[in-house]
Amino acid sequence: MKEEKEKKEISRREFLGKAGTGVAGSYFILSSLKQAEAVAKENPLQPPETYFGNIQVQLTVNGVKHKVRVHTNTTLVELLRDRLSLTGTKVVCNHGECGGCTVVIDKKAVYSCQMLALDADGKDVTTIEGLLKGEELHKVQQAFIDKDGLQCGFCTPGQIMSAYALLLNNPDPSEEEIKTAMAGNICRCSAYPKIKESVAEAARLLKA
Amino acid sequence: MSRKVIKSVTNLYDKKIERLAEVPDEKLPPLKNNKELKYIGRGISRIDGYDKVSGTAVFTFDKILKNMAHARILRCPHPHAKIRKIDITKAMNIKGVIDIITKDNTEKIDWYDGDTFIFDEHLRYQGDEIACVAAENEVIASMALKKIEVEYEILSHVTDKMTAVKEDAPKLYDWGNISPDANPAKYNRGDYEQGLKNADQIIEEEYNTQFVIHNPTEVHCSTVDWNGDHLTIWDSTQGIFAVRNSVAAALKIPQNKITVIKKYMGGGFGAKLEAGKYTVMAALLAKRIGRPVRITIDRKEMNLAVGNRPDSYQRLTVGVKNDGTLTALGMTMYGAMGAHRDGAGCQWPLRSLYKCPNVKVEEYHVAINTGRSRPFRAPGHVQGTFAFESIIDMAAEKIGMDPIEFRLKNYAEVEANWEIPWTTKLLKECYKQGAEAINWKSKRNKKAGEGKGPVKRGVGMASQIWWGTGGPPAYATVKLNRDGSVHVLSGTQDIGCGTYTILAQVAAEVLEIPVERITVSLGNTDEHPYGPSSGGSMTASSVTPAVYDGALQIKAKLMSGASALLGVREDNLVYSQGVIYSKDDKNKKKSIQEVVRETHEQILVATGARNARPQGVMLNSFGAQFAEVEVNLETGKVKVLKIVAAHDIGRTINRKLLENQFHGGIIQGIGYALLEERVIDHYTGKVLTTNLHNYKMPTIKDAPEIEVIIVSEGDDQISAIGAKGIGEPAIIPTAGAIANAVYNATGVRIRTLPITPDKILNQVYNIG
Repeated sequence: MKEEKEKKEISRREFLGKAGTGVAGSYFILSSLKQAEAVAKENPLQPPETYFGNIQVQLTVNGVKHKVRVHTNTTLVELLRDRLSLTGTKVVCNHGECGGCTVVIDKKAVYSCQMLALDADGKDVTTIEGLLKGEELHKVQQAFIDKDGLQCGFCTPGQIMSAYALLLNNPDPSEEEIKTAMAGNICRCSAYPKIKESVAEAARLLKA
Repeated sequence: MSRKVIKSVTNLYDKKIERLAEVPDEKLPPLKNNKELKYIGRGISRIDGYDKVSGTAVFTFDKILKNMAHARILRCPHPHAKIRKIDITKAMNIKGVIDIITKDNTEKIDWYDGDTFIFDEHLRYQGDEIACVAAENEVIASMALKKIEVEYEILSHVTDKMTAVKEDAPKLYDWGNISPDANPAKYNRGDYEQGLKNADQIIEEEYNTQFVIHNPTEVHCSTVDWNGDHLTIWDSTQGIFAVRNSVAAALKIPQNKITVIKKYMGGGFGAKLEAGKYTVMAALLAKRIGRPVRITIDRKEMNLAVGNRPDSYQRLTVGVKNDGTLTALGMTMYGAMGAHRDGAGCQWPLRSLYKCPNVKVEEYHVAINTGRSRPFRAPGHVQGTFAFESIIDMAAEKIGMDPIEFRLKNYAEVEANWEIPWTTKLLKECYKQGAEAINWKSKRNKKAGEGKGPVKRGVGMASQIWWGTGGPPAYATVKLNRDGSVHVLSGTQDIGCGTYTILAQVAAEVLEIPVERITVSLGNTDEHPYGPSSGGSMTASSVTPAVYDGALQIKAKLMSGASALLGVREDNLVYSQGVIYSKDDKNKKKSIQEVVRETHEQILVATGARNARPQGVMLNSFGAQFAEVEVNLETGKVKVLKIVAAHDIGRTINRKLLENQFHGGIIQGIGYALLEERVIDHYTGKVLTTNLHNYKMPTIKDAPEIEVIIVSEGDDQISAIGAKGIGEPAIIPTAGAIANAVYNATGVRIRTLPITPDKILNQVYNIG
């Protein structure tokens, strides 16, 4: 825990050093992009690394360690989707209002659109892809198929990660506890009754 | 099996739509009842479930191409303005910005039926498109939007339909603010004035419904890629062929030079039935910069610019005799279609739900300075049914009749608008079974509000009619491989309703092979035969008969092949579980694998077609929903305890997926009844609910107990499958049933949606 904190502080210090002042993110991006221009002209087919930022964070995603350069204002979901190509995690509202981007960190369901990539430095993140063992589904995932806890499927990764976090902490949740844990995940198709059944089924499967 | 081209007629709203379509020239043998079937009707799990729960499903939003640029749109912050000048210099100077298009550097491209252009200098709503930026990533594109300098001439605006129809209101178009298509839209049947004279009681009421936003979880988005003169579009769409044809017309390129692909999409509900401007902008940018372009919009844009259910003001009049006979129904309604022409009416429930000889309707569809309305799950019927079923309840009360008895008294045996009988109508059965399930007799307060407070309970109900029922043209190709596995291909879409799964079930049923051996591929304009847009509850009812036809053709080919191989006449062969036997000698047999292999085929292929619609009859789905609610008179909060949905929807193809669809429609209906509203500040003309915190949608905590009762079997006049469609019926009566239940619980009649606590309390305590 202490180590993590130190790492984060270092990252922040690195950022402050490069930005010179502490001005808000977007202006910093502008200035830092100037040096990327030359690179861009040399190889127009590949967007230069600096378009994505200059600050290095190190984090573990689904058991794999990654070192990634980000901007100060890069969010965790942007890091996951745009840098690591883990597109299972969805962006729906991008404002922490719907749960579409839910991932699990330290056994907690986290809205990854509301966490800065810098704050994920040193963290161990599990995404929907991380529940798979090879091609084999996790029991929570299987339960969502068996009980049809989805329709279009776009909010489903977030739903499953919230259910997964719930069951990590409470293997035998009551109906009310399921509803409370899942209340931060909007499903516009409104498959809610079957989402509720799926979470209950997942609890049963995990106990078996 | 041979084909013929016929004229197929669909009665839809006031239109008699005639389409030429190729159909099977013989009526196909109808399926048996579900209990005799092995795959159809069963609650089989979604065959695309793995992709969706594993995170491996690639939605359009997830489509990444090498060297792709990212595009974002600059939108007008004002409700009504003209562009004086656009300066993109500063934005272009941002490193990482690749290109910017505006009205100044692109050709004029007609849009919305020629009422505007892709980039118009006349901006008619907050959210109208001004420019589109392509950049190395989304963050840079978004930054660039802020650096585009636009000089506006601010025009006076109008964002309320009843103000917009006044003479001195600011005008959006040369033709004014009232759509030339409905100024007014009039309908008359019988003698309305005489009907009122014959009535013992006349009830007149005003109702208002709100704007609601589709807000599918996946934002509208496309990824486009040119390869020379060929354009490939991955789009989050409910209609791949609609997108292809619109984009081809906009870019003036042949349709065969465009491929539109949609494998998975995160919901649409009607908002994604047409090509979006954003797709055309992405295609223009991609052509200019020689790179693939991904364009997305954000949640705020979703709430401003890509569709909404129109609002409504409805003044209804009901004439009724003391014995319960309806003598006259009248409606004057205004609906706001937003800044561009679209339908905003809701007269059809009143015109078609009950028997009444004298009907008079006047509808005005009004342009205002807000985003354009789009079809939203049962367009018109949701707002219309809420108001009409509310006043029907009031009429029943006025003459002292039970609401169900009143509806039975005026039960329509013949569709009055076209004066033709229905193929099937089991609405009586819906009333009966639904009332039993909700415990109507014991739970209903004899006198509204008679329960002891402060928390009062009550029940209410409402009926539903919808079009659905499908029709040609719709095609599906069925391919049988040497190993006995099957592909089903159709150019329609699965938007979450389970189309992938139900098409597999139909092929499995005909070929008597497990669903696991069938792969279904949808949503590619190049690779698949034409399939309809996913709207109007028409996908299942249109496409399943085409798969059925295709699979029967494969079966016929197999029988013919087996006959030749075994030296047994076809009529002496029997097909069972993927094996063809001689009736006389069970040892003389060929499996379907053997037939394909031994006839030296690699793949057997057949394309099936949807049959014609029957003529001289009306095709509709019906249903009734019953709500039990609890209303707290201290807080004004309404809690829905239970909904019973009893429907006549033809054949059930997959019980599990069907229940899920009903849950979804009903819970969206609860959102419509109690929670959702796009709020506009009329003074500034701006939308105040542009995120999912302010725009209230139901969560899992708002979902009540729901019981789904299906009273129907397959309607074989519709097709051999006999499905009517369920997507829209599920949402239509919910708000009306809840409003009537709230009245039964409290004695308070809420005439304006959504039924929020303030409205309840204001009425209970006579405030405001």
